[in-house]
Amino acid sequence: MKQRHIAGTMLALSFFLFAAGCKKKQPVQPPPPPPEVKAAPKVEKGPAAAVSSFTAEPSTIVRGESSTLRWSVTNSTEVTIDNGIGVVAGSGSRQVFPSATTTYRMTAKGDGGDAIATVTVTVNTPPPPPPPAPKQTASLSDRLSKEVQDVFFDYDKSEVREDGRATLQRNADALKAILNDFPSAVISLEGHCDERGSAEYNIGLGDRRAAGVKEFLTQMGVPADRLKTVSYGKEKPFCTDSNEACWQKNRRAHFVGVQ
Amino acid sequence: MKKTISLSLLAVGFLAALAFSQSQDRIVISIIGGEKKKIALPDFRGAGGATPLVDTFNQTVFDDIQRSGLFDMASKSFYPLNPPQQESDLRPTPAPPPARRGEPPAAPNCGGRCLSDWSGAPVSAGYLGFGYAAEQGGQLVVFGHLYNVAVPDIAGAKLFRKLYNAPLTADGARKLGHDYAADILAQFGAPSLAGSKIYFISTRSGSKEIWSMDFDGSNQQQITSFRSITTFPAISPDGRRLAFTTYAKGQPRIMVYSTETKRFIPFLNPEAPMNATPSFTPDGQHILFSSSISGFAQIYIADLDGRNLRRLSNSRAIEVEAKVNPKTGTDMVFVSGRGGLQQIYRMNMDGADPMRLTTGEGEASNPAWHPDGKAIAFAWTRGFAPGNWNIFLMDVASRETVQLTHGQGRNENPGWGPDGRHLVFSSNRAGGSQIFTMLADGTEVKQLTTQGQNEKPVWTK
Repeated sequence: MKQRHIAGTMLALSFFLFAAGCKKKQPVQPPPPPPEVKAAPKVEKGPAAAVSSFTAEPSTIVRGESSTLRWSVTNSTEVTIDNGIGVVAGSGSRQVFPSATTTYRMTAKGDGGDAIATVTVTVNTPPPPPPPAPKQTASLSDRLSKEVQDVFFDYDKSEVREDGRATLQRNADALKAILNDFPSAVISLEGHCDERGSAEYNIGLGDRRAAGVKEFLTQMGVPADRLKTVSYGKEKPFCTDSNEACWQKNRRAHFVGVQ
Repeated sequence: MKKTISLSLLAVGFLAALAFSQSQDRIVISIIGGEKKKIALPDFRGAGGATPLVDTFNQTVFDDIQRSGLFDMASKSFYPLNPPQQESDLRPTPAPPPARRGEPPAAPNCGGRCLSDWSGAPVSAGYLGFGYAAEQGGQLVVFGHLYNVAVPDIAGAKLFRKLYNAPLTADGARKLGHDYAADILAQFGAPSLAGSKIYFISTRSGSKEIWSMDFDGSNQQQITSFRSITTFPAISPDGRRLAFTTYAKGQPRIMVYSTETKRFIPFLNPEAPMNATPSFTPDGQHILFSSSISGFAQIYIADLDGRNLRRLSNSRAIEVEAKVNPKTGTDMVFVSGRGGLQQIYRMNMDGADPMRLTTGEGEASNPAWHPDGKAIAFAWTRGFAPGNWNIFLMDVASRETVQLTHGQGRNENPGWGPDGRHLVFSSNRAGGSQIFTMLADGTEVKQLTTQGQNEKPVWTK
């Protein structure tokens, strides 16, 4: 009996609360309309300033790049943009170099009222720099193998042959250009021999071949201090067959770049 | 008339040929000796732990004695079955039994225990070496004997009896074999090669490095590890210093190495594109080498540290491989292109009296003085196409030559053994370049290396 009474009270209470809630739920008032600038009826004070555009192009840049602000304002007596730009003309443009994301605020003053507009330039961190260009060693040896040709000799001779003179003249021009492009490079002139003379004598013969080539190139204007000679005798053959074709290949002066 | 001339020309040619062959014999005989003695070397037997090693010992003794070139080896198939092992095994030669009528007197025969078993037919030896090997206190022990079997009396025939000790290993057995053989050779005034070393260049590690080995090819060891090109080794007369040429620093440079301390000894190289082909003076106090300071490879001499540099040759030609006469110390041989293709020349230490030694035919290289300072061994292409080198000997005073190899591949860089009777050289007769030794008459050729390419041998005591 007592329980039923409590339940009846609770029911009545909740009913009351529900009824009260319902009662408060009025339709929401819409926000007040923006003040109508034009409608401001202070004609005698002149028209209020109005911003017809204020943009940044591009609006997103990578650090180090620039963005161009453009604006157009009417009825203003003075237009200023913050962030160090200051007073500007009523319409115009300005290149900016923000180092971080920046919001530019433009204030246009007018007799009839001020106008404010903002534009944001987003600045992204630049990507890491690309890997440095490959070292010039490869390029030096590439250029030597493309532009400079070996010089060949007769058996037991270190005098440059007629065909070798023509080659060396071309080589001299190429070497001058290459040494110019690689200011720290030195060219190693290698003297080589075929397998027939004794190894001991051939060290001396390869030395003469390299020295003769150096002398020729020096006379053609290649700086002597950029050339060094090394005789390999018959210790580093290019070809190991025992016939004249192979022997001729081995009787050579060869050009190698040293950085 | 015409006939007479051609006949006399023929006679002259014949006489010249005769003189030539005689001169060849004379050079070889003066170097390796004349008539050979006959020796019998019955195998030693081993007792106990020496048993598995005795074959190594026997082979070593046989090889050393045979390679000496001093002996004819008596044919083993003629040996009596019961050779002596110790002195007490020997019995006096019995009186010959009375000859039967109609038959020649039978030779006394004790099955090997009498010296006459060895001096008589069919062995017909002049000398007998015998003995045995045993294990004693964990060591290998060998008793070696040498008898002159031409002497009938046992006591009088004995030349030596000696006890040898070494570790009970194959190396120990080889050492005792060399020692015993050396004692036999010493009886005939022949210096032994035992203990001598050969330095050479090998590619087996992947680059040209200096290696060493014992004179018989055993114990091959790497000396340098420049991983560059290292070549032209020379050894000082006392065997304590090696000089060589290496590209370890780019251009060819001389380096000196102590074979005792295993360290490099500083050598001041002159500023030149090339410094190469070093050799020591006979007093061991200076190094000769070839340097292109002047623009041409020329002969220079300097102290062991490279200081006090002096120029010795003076030509506008390539000159390498200077070797000072080991007896006089006042003249040298060297290789020069001053007359065209490379030939061997001699001159005094001050550069005076230059003279070409080889005829101008072919190309000549690698002169190596015999220890007596009278003859050189060298490589020559005479009679063959360029690059086909053979080993020759030359009596420097008369310039007579003897050819020791005959077109079996390229044979280069002869170097004398410390006994003055053997030569080491390189040859590609077996394929790649390998090191060989031979007696200075061209016989007893033995290959010492097989791995990689091997060249530029020098032999030292």
